[in-house]
Amino acid sequence: MPLMVATASIVQFDAVRKRYGDGPLVLEGINLAVAPGDFITLIGPSGCGKSTVLKLVSGLNPASEGGLTVLGTTPKQARDRQAFIFQDATLLPWHTAEGNTELPLRLRGVTAAERKAKAREMLALVGLDKVSGYYPRQLSGGMKMRVSIARALTLAPELLLLDEPFGALDEMTRNRLNEELLTIRERSRFTAMFVTHSVSEAVFLSNRILVMAANPGRIHAEVKVEFPYPRRADLRATPAFQARVNEVSRLLHQVELPIHA
Amino acid sequence: MKKTPSILLWILPVVSGVLFVTLWYAVRSGSGLQSWILPTPGEIIDAAWREHTRLLRAAGNTMVGALAGFLLAGTLGFATALLLGVSRSLRAGLYPWLLVLQMTPVIVLTPIIVLWAGPGLPGIITVTWLISFFPIVANMTQGLVSTDMNHVALFRMANASRLQEMLLLRVPSAMPYYLAGLRIAATLAPIGAIFGEYMVGNSAGGSGGLGFLVYSYNTQIKIPALFATALTSCLLGFIFVAAVSLLNWAVLHKWHDSYERDDH
Repeated sequence: MPLMVATASIVQFDAVRKRYGDGPLVLEGINLAVAPGDFITLIGPSGCGKSTVLKLVSGLNPASEGGLTVLGTTPKQARDRQAFIFQDATLLPWHTAEGNTELPLRLRGVTAAERKAKAREMLALVGLDKVSGYYPRQLSGGMKMRVSIARALTLAPELLLLDEPFGALDEMTRNRLNEELLTIRERSRFTAMFVTHSVSEAVFLSNRILVMAANPGRIHAEVKVEFPYPRRADLRATPAFQARVNEVSRLLHQVELPIHA
Repeated sequence: MKKTPSILLWILPVVSGVLFVTLWYAVRSGSGLQSWILPTPGEIIDAAWREHTRLLRAAGNTMVGALAGFLLAGTLGFATALLLGVSRSLRAGLYPWLLVLQMTPVIVLTPIIVLWAGPGLPGIITVTWLISFFPIVANMTQGLVSTDMNHVALFRMANASRLQEMLLLRVPSAMPYYLAGLRIAATLAPIGAIFGEYMVGNSAGGSGGLGFLVYSYNTQIKIPALFATALTSCLLGFIFVAAVSLLNWAVLHKWHDSYERDDH
């Protein structure tokens, strides 16, 4: 039975620990199985290692101990099938929106014509087909993040890792991008691991929320969010939504208390 | 696209220039110095006009050496920086020696250069190259190792090869640094060529360059003409800087923040 769970998981953490060099333990005893189609959000105080979890999955950093399987293989070998969206849009300033979107294809040696068509398609998906020739400095923060999403989706990843992608945006833009992200997911069908500081964003997007604690980073509690997808903006106004937000906030308060004590 | 410069940007240099020239005249009349020790700006302009055929021909000759040395430094500097950017050990192994090369006074090296490259244009080009090479290498190398770590992570995540990372990420993001290095080299190249001509002798192009004129006006105690030669070499420097500014604009204006306009 555990074997079946392991093979069916998109991501499987077994007693994973992580420290950087000789530093203190950043993550301790992480056990986690991400199922296909999950939208898992990691939330917790600063220093709880939530971004580190994503870095381990992406293969940017290796786990120090324990087993980590991504898409049935090692994190590095699974890179072709996953994409990372960074906190800042990380667009190359010397490329247009289109040039940035086609970058993953260019790195794979796809022909120019094919790249252009695909980039156009992805930019249309995020509603930016009209500004495909703009350079990043001409785009607003929200538009840059849309380009970043489009770029991440050009290779149709099975797993999308998002590290506080909307953290720097104003709340209205953030809400709209949350809705768009879910709409895109209806079509693109990726599994997502998402890091945020915003409780309401976590509840709106995810079917599972992992509340993490710091020193060392560990999973404190899991909250299931059972609102069916597709979710619409008006979900946020319902009492059930508010109840979930309160529940997650209460858990966060628990893990943040020791710091103030 | 029209850019409206702040009017002050134009007025201030003119104001400071007028003040400087006034001060110059004041010092000259107040001190009672002779024209051959401190010529007035007017006397310098006069000398420049009298000697303009020689000055222009010499400037043309100097330009050849300066341009060749500058282009050599620009291409070799780019290539060397690429090499240094590729590996930490190459950087550790070679960079100190580049510094040593830069710190050795050119005046010491010039006789050796003449010995090896021969007098005339080859020697002048070598001196020019030597003096303008290091700022280009230093800037470009700094640019290659200053790439945004998130961009590097993005490339690693996309399984980019080292070559792709270099050509598609590090080199483009180092362009502002490279161009800054070229700009410094642009001010140095004419100086290098003139110094080279002064040291290497008058054999370049028959009539000699500005460096030869410096030598000849100095021995003839034609001091206003010497000042006019300095003025001419400044103009040469300005041509170089203007050319690099144009290149800078062509490469960067579309995307780089230094060309950000306030109107959007």
